[in-house]
Amino acid sequence: MAGTETYTLNMGPQHPSTHGVLRVQLELDGENILSAKPIMGYLHRGIEKLLESRTYVQGVPYTDRLDYVSSMNNNFGFCRAVEELAGIEVPERAEYIRVIVAELNRIASHLVFIGSLAIDLGASTGMLYTFRDREEILDLFNLVCGARMTFHYIRVGGVNRDVQPEFIEKTYKFLEHVPVFMEEYKKILLGNEIFMSRLKGISKMSKETALSHNMTGPNIRATGIPYDIRKVDGYSVYPRFDFNVVTGKNGDNWDRFNVRYNEIFESAKIVRQALDGLPEGPFMAKVPKVLRPPKGEVFSRTEGTRGELGFYIVSDGSTKPYRVHIRRPSFVNMQGLNDMCRGYLIGDSVAAFSAIDPLMGEVDC
Amino acid sequence: MENLTVGAAAEWIRSVILLILGNELLTDVVMKFVGLGACIGVILTAAIVLTYAERKVCAFMQVRLGPNRVGGRFGLLQPIADMLKLMSKEDIIPDGCDRIVWALSPMLLFVPSALIYGLFPFDEGVVFADVNVGVFLLLAISSQSVLPFLMGGYASNSKYAFIGGMRTVAQMLSYEAPMVFSLLGVVMITGSMRMTDIVAAQAENVWFVLLQPIAFIIFIISATAETNRTPFDLVEDESEIVAGPFAEYSGMRWALFFLAEYANLLSISILTTTFFLGGWHGPFLPGVFWFWMKVLFMVFVFMWFRWTFPRTRIDQMLSFSWKVLLPLALVNMMFTGIGVYVWRSMM
Repeated sequence: MAGTETYTLNMGPQHPSTHGVLRVQLELDGENILSAKPIMGYLHRGIEKLLESRTYVQGVPYTDRLDYVSSMNNNFGFCRAVEELAGIEVPERAEYIRVIVAELNRIASHLVFIGSLAIDLGASTGMLYTFRDREEILDLFNLVCGARMTFHYIRVGGVNRDVQPEFIEKTYKFLEHVPVFMEEYKKILLGNEIFMSRLKGISKMSKETALSHNMTGPNIRATGIPYDIRKVDGYSVYPRFDFNVVTGKNGDNWDRFNVRYNEIFESAKIVRQALDGLPEGPFMAKVPKVLRPPKGEVFSRTEGTRGELGFYIVSDGSTKPYRVHIRRPSFVNMQGLNDMCRGYLIGDSVAAFSAIDPLMGEVDC
Repeated sequence: MENLTVGAAAEWIRSVILLILGNELLTDVVMKFVGLGACIGVILTAAIVLTYAERKVCAFMQVRLGPNRVGGRFGLLQPIADMLKLMSKEDIIPDGCDRIVWALSPMLLFVPSALIYGLFPFDEGVVFADVNVGVFLLLAISSQSVLPFLMGGYASNSKYAFIGGMRTVAQMLSYEAPMVFSLLGVVMITGSMRMTDIVAAQAENVWFVLLQPIAFIIFIISATAETNRTPFDLVEDESEIVAGPFAEYSGMRWALFFLAEYANLLSISILTTTFFLGGWHGPFLPGVFWFWMKVLFMVFVFMWFRWTFPRTRIDQMLSFSWKVLLPLALVNMMFTGIGVYVWRSMM
């Protein structure tokens, strides 16, 4: 008797559009997805354990390797946790510089998101455009810390070195350029009928489901919940700046895309305000050569590019942390993958991976 | 000027062969082989020129430089380097594949792509086989390319390849229909299926792109789908099913797929030129120049599509064909029929 059977398709870990080494087990009925099971761990490097075997200050560069597309935000999160644990007061200028580089890095990361979503939908030209403009930000970072990817710029107590007038000047120039290239993406991607129809109404997720999966960042904002740690906690100097929390309405891929697209403008707004109000002063607090935080524990969270980035550090009073746990937004957001894929087609699964915007370095840690 | 045309060249070759052989019949047989060689030559040259062109056009659209190392500043020898690379690659045969079917697939795919070149009128009188059912034969041959894709997908023993093979069948069958109906409008106006007649009819009146604009658009869209190029490249679709039926092929076997792809790209450009853009006709210059200028323009248009559009999804693509293109083509055919009837009764 001729019947139909479901079959399993292993997408990844070697697959062009799984953003590194994600493996997704798709249960398929023809082209329809019955379930999607993400399998992780192909990029596990034991960063939490590595952080426990180094001193606090030595740990910072390891956080670069978590979410390697927005390293500044990771540095920021880890340094904030250590500072809170050790009770270090960060100078104002350092806080401003941190916000500037973190937001610039957020723009860079969202550009990568737009580009990778475009290439996953087959529009490879869009990807080249975003990477061209991301290059400007990388050049800015190159100016400020000499690295293009793993910056290790934000240090415990401040930043590695002061920003130069040249950096400020070039950043202003870059901010001028932001609306120009965003308009270009609008022409090649947003305004495209095919692009729209590939994203609208696909991988819909309700507020409740998103909350039950504990999703954060742009993924939850797309469902309409204005949850942004920068507003909720108001850490660092963020309360001084005027910016909006971008939210979506339907929780579909189109909203996920638009939230990130519009967040680029908000980040650019923050950078401009921070540059305008950049105070004079030291860029580094007085941090003891050997950092021995008092016994205790701390959970510090910041708004990473992909969501709530939390560092939980337990100190036993020695030079090394006793336990470090990292709440990685990519990893947590990944829990929603099954709900985003079930009932859609193979083509939509690729869009769903992209829309979650996971970074395998962060997922596997 | 007359001596520059392909027809004149063919006459010259014929006279030389006749001089050597001294027999009319034998010369005709030899001339057929020369024509065959010319057709294959066009395809091979096209593969070389178009791979280079595609890379340069793509680079131009993506604000890159493209090939710029091999063969001077413009990377002119890049296709040769690519070819050498493909030829020297290991021939990997996947475990558990259906060996015979798997090996036949790339060869069979190349046959229909190459065969239709025999029907193209390249210039006044330069056509290998001027068949009176040209359009019909052309569609019949080109629809044969579905099977090799399915064979490759089925025999590869890979799920990606299998999904790709299945997609090919769905895609090619559903785009065949609007393509045929869009061409019927042209055939109705001309009153002939002979390719040279169609070109001649456009020379007398106007290009059919003006008489049949809707058919032109439908033809371009379905031709893009027939050749599996973006936005309808769901068959190879590197971001979802890696490379579809091609996933398990390497080296020269893969190169044959590649060759067929570029042969198809060129042939749809030639078809568009022949059916809608007046074939070889144009003022001042010899026909062969006009022909290739129009063809290369169409090639550029198809490349333009490829590098600016995202890919559609399988359900969108199929419903677009059956729900939009096909009814539109039928309506277009109906109005063409009425138009032709009115025109004839007025004459």
